Amino acid sequence: MKHGRISYNGAVHQVTEAQGKVRLADGRLLNEGDFTWLPPVEVGTVFALGLNYADHAKELAFKAPEVPLVFLKGPNTIVGHKASTRRPADATYMHYECELAVVIGKTGKNVSKSDAMGIVAGYTVANDYAIRDYLENFYRPNLRVKNRDGCTPLGPWLVDAADVPNPMALELTTRVNGKPTQEGTTADMIFDIPTLIEYLSSFMTLNPGDVILTGTPEGLADVKPGDVIETEVENVCCLVNTIVDDQTYFATV
Amino acid sequence: MIKQQVSGTVYGVILNDHASLQKIGSLDEAPYKGAPKAPVLYIKPANTRVCCGSSVQLPAGADSVEVAATVGLVMGRAAARLSAGNAMDTVAGVVLAADLSLPHASYYRPAIREKCFDGALPVSSVKPLSDLAGIVLTTEIDGQVVDTRSLGDLVRSPAKLLADVSEWMTLSQGDVLLVGVRYMAPQAKAGSVVCISAEGLGSLQFTIVKGAQA
Repeated sequence: MKHGRISYNGAVHQVTEAQGKVRLADGRLLNEGDFTWLPPVEVGTVFALGLNYADHAKELAFKAPEVPLVFLKGPNTIVGHKASTRRPADATYMHYECELAVVIGKTGKNVSKSDAMGIVAGYTVANDYAIRDYLENFYRPNLRVKNRDGCTPLGPWLVDAADVPNPMALELTTRVNGKPTQEGTTADMIFDIPTLIEYLSSFMTLNPGDVILTGTPEGLADVKPGDVIETEVENVCCLVNTIVDDQTYFATV
Repeated sequence: MIKQQVSGTVYGVILNDHASLQKIGSLDEAPYKGAPKAPVLYIKPANTRVCCGSSVQLPAGADSVEVAATVGLVMGRAAARLSAGNAMDTVAGVVLAADLSLPHASYYRPAIREKCFDGALPVSSVKPLSDLAGIVLTTEIDGQVVDTRSLGDLVRSPAKLLADVSEWMTLSQGDVLLVGVRYMAPQAKAGSVVCISAEGLGSLQFTIVKGAQA
């Protein structure tokens, strides 16, 4: 089943997908455009992986890491499907990153690889934008690059783990204005999902609502205001986001 | 009435005191290739937060931990794009905090295992905001004073730090911004009782417990 969260008629609703529409718990069906998408989960701790695809590590001129390169994100950076993300006027290189997002469903500490998939609630899609102009070599990638307001779209659906039998063999695709620019497969992850869960839970307790963004393959490109970015993971969902300039973002409505 | 509670995300900053900048030395060479321009932040996630009196078990294989005494600004309301002049109006109060890290000398890559293990942020209850520049933090391990630091030594004042950080991220009510930690802070061994204190802010005590065998 696919689960979402929306804002509709003055309230937040948990919804499911039905006949290409959105179904409220009381049975009402809504059409796209009649509501606002929210991130499919109220996120707890958000982990993100750097350089977790060998081709991407090479693209950025790094050798693949020996332990997972993990960084964290705050809730300020998470936005839902069909939101806008700001490209600051002084940015010269802002790129998308299509990622499979793993949503934790059970509390876990010292979870072994063989038990790891048992604490996964499901999967969604993230677009982990980066603005490379702000990169600095301290706790890199630093928060000014990766924890900007609204710079990590997530959604639209949380797909039950049971409906994604092999998350380690899913195609990832990014399209900019309809044109494919990034293609890869989760089969190319350096540290796979069970390894990441075992690693993280070896020193910290994972909790329901925690999210692991598992990294991105090669194929990065600069995005400009007005561009519509679709990041899609096979059998999970397609996440759409629009880039806006400062004037549009800060415009008084 | 503003809410005075730590309920959100805790952010910290490195290299925000002159003593630490002096200790780390030249930042010109690789891997840093220059001093940081913007505040360098990290996140202490929810699993790290524990209260006064806690026992903190280190990760497997670790037998000592850096104890960085600091103060956190507790946000009373959502705040973004602040100026140094108005930033402190958004702060509801302050907490004493002990930012625990497995020893790490390099600031190049995010230190998640080092800084985010369960219990890695003992934090006090929220105290009223006072003049932070006058605060002197004392760290005692097993009754011996191992460090004192004055918040008068900060590179970015709390107001300036909050303003600069809020340029790219909104802080929400209940979020906390720690004003800085010492580079390679004093270490406490497993079995130690640690006490952080500051006049006017009270004290914060906790015990370090050895991790399981690696």
